[in-house]
Amino acid sequence: MDGYFGSYVLVAALFAIGVAIVAGALMANRLLRPTRPTPEKLTTYECGVDPVGEGWAQSQVRYYVFTYLYVVFAVDAVFLFPWATVFDAPGYGLTTLAEMFVFLGFIALGIVYAWRKRVLTWT
Amino acid sequence: MLLHVVLSFAVIIVVFLVLPLIVGQTEHKVMAHMQSRLGPMYAGGFHGWAQLIADGVKFAQKEDVIPAAADRRVFMIAPGVALVPYLVVLVVIPFDRDFVAVDLDLGLFFVLAVMGVGVLGAIMAGWASANKYSVLGGMRAAAQLMSYELPLVLAASSVAMAAGTLSIPGIVEAWQWWWLPWQAVGGVVFFVAGLAELRRPPFDMPIAESEIIMGPMTEYTGMRFALFMLAEYAGIVVLSFLTAVLFLGGWHGPFLPGWLWTLLKVFALAFVVIWLRVTYPRLREDQLQKLAWVVLVPLALGQLALTGVVKVLL
Repeated sequence: MDGYFGSYVLVAALFAIGVAIVAGALMANRLLRPTRPTPEKLTTYECGVDPVGEGWAQSQVRYYVFTYLYVVFAVDAVFLFPWATVFDAPGYGLTTLAEMFVFLGFIALGIVYAWRKRVLTWT
Repeated sequence: MLLHVVLSFAVIIVVFLVLPLIVGQTEHKVMAHMQSRLGPMYAGGFHGWAQLIADGVKFAQKEDVIPAAADRRVFMIAPGVALVPYLVVLVVIPFDRDFVAVDLDLGLFFVLAVMGVGVLGAIMAGWASANKYSVLGGMRAAAQLMSYELPLVLAASSVAMAAGTLSIPGIVEAWQWWWLPWQAVGGVVFFVAGLAELRRPPFDMPIAESEIIMGPMTEYTGMRFALFMLAEYAGIVVLSFLTAVLFLGGWHGPFLPGWLWTLLKVFALAFVVIWLRVTYPRLREDQLQKLAWVVLVPLALGQLALTGVVKVLL
């Protein structure tokens, strides 16, 4: 278990243990529980009233603009990580610092724009 | 090498299965006393210490009802998707000096990526239940994930800048006491955004039991519901661990052994999580979005600027 990918073998092993814990819990549940389904029991819960229409009801998704904002910023933020580890390496210093303020300026400008466009209000 | 792996995995599994129960029991008792009541007193005899074990036994025997209208397969695996990521995250958390299962060189990035997967469980459950409350809850969970992921990522990258590495044991190694005031804003932003990702009160709009009846979990019963609850408390434990190792110095501390310091910091943070639940009313959906975009993101950007300036000038 050496080398770069060796450590990810251990991560995969822990993932397998996690899956085993969940499967084991559900299996114990299966052995211990009663199973007596009735049509009433299997109806969709709507506070005791018969369900009206379908569960996958149409609704207005009000936050799709946030989705755009998020995609834009998250893509930016991913580039922060490799930069963050080297930005004060010898020979960079003030250059990378100036770059950082340019980056922050872009993000801040995006938020101010969204704010001025009244995207950040719901009512 | 093999011994180390077995030992660290054993510690991780104990942490994953036992600490959430302790936090849950602490929540019962702390909430009760903050609200001038006693909380559980009967199960197990002494101050109801066995309440959660009794709950677990009850959950294990309950019938597993899957609504006829539900998308069965997605409905069935959703609790696992919600729970397993929190176990996987623990693999990179250092519990003590030189005691970590795997020191991934991009550990911080790994943690943020895997934590995001946990929220998918709630979205899957919300959509697969084919229930109006659940769909609403799932949508709100998705909105919340998107808004709070950004401050979380920005605050975390501030620590990466300070330490100059993404490896979490490396970050703890580089930590000094004066990082506490230096990274304080980032720490608060990280903790608050993490709470919102866990959908803990006051950010529990997606599960709001008094209006949309637990949202994504409305249709869940028995063991699957128990797995969701375990995921919530495991999430508290993981968030407390992350905040402790990234912002509070993990195992650094005088006199006591390192693992005890880590544990103390984790419990102190878990107590704060419970405290916030008792203190604040639930935020409305628009207030929730506003807090993320108008308060937390600018604060996190300010923290990045502060980190950069201090780091370069020193």
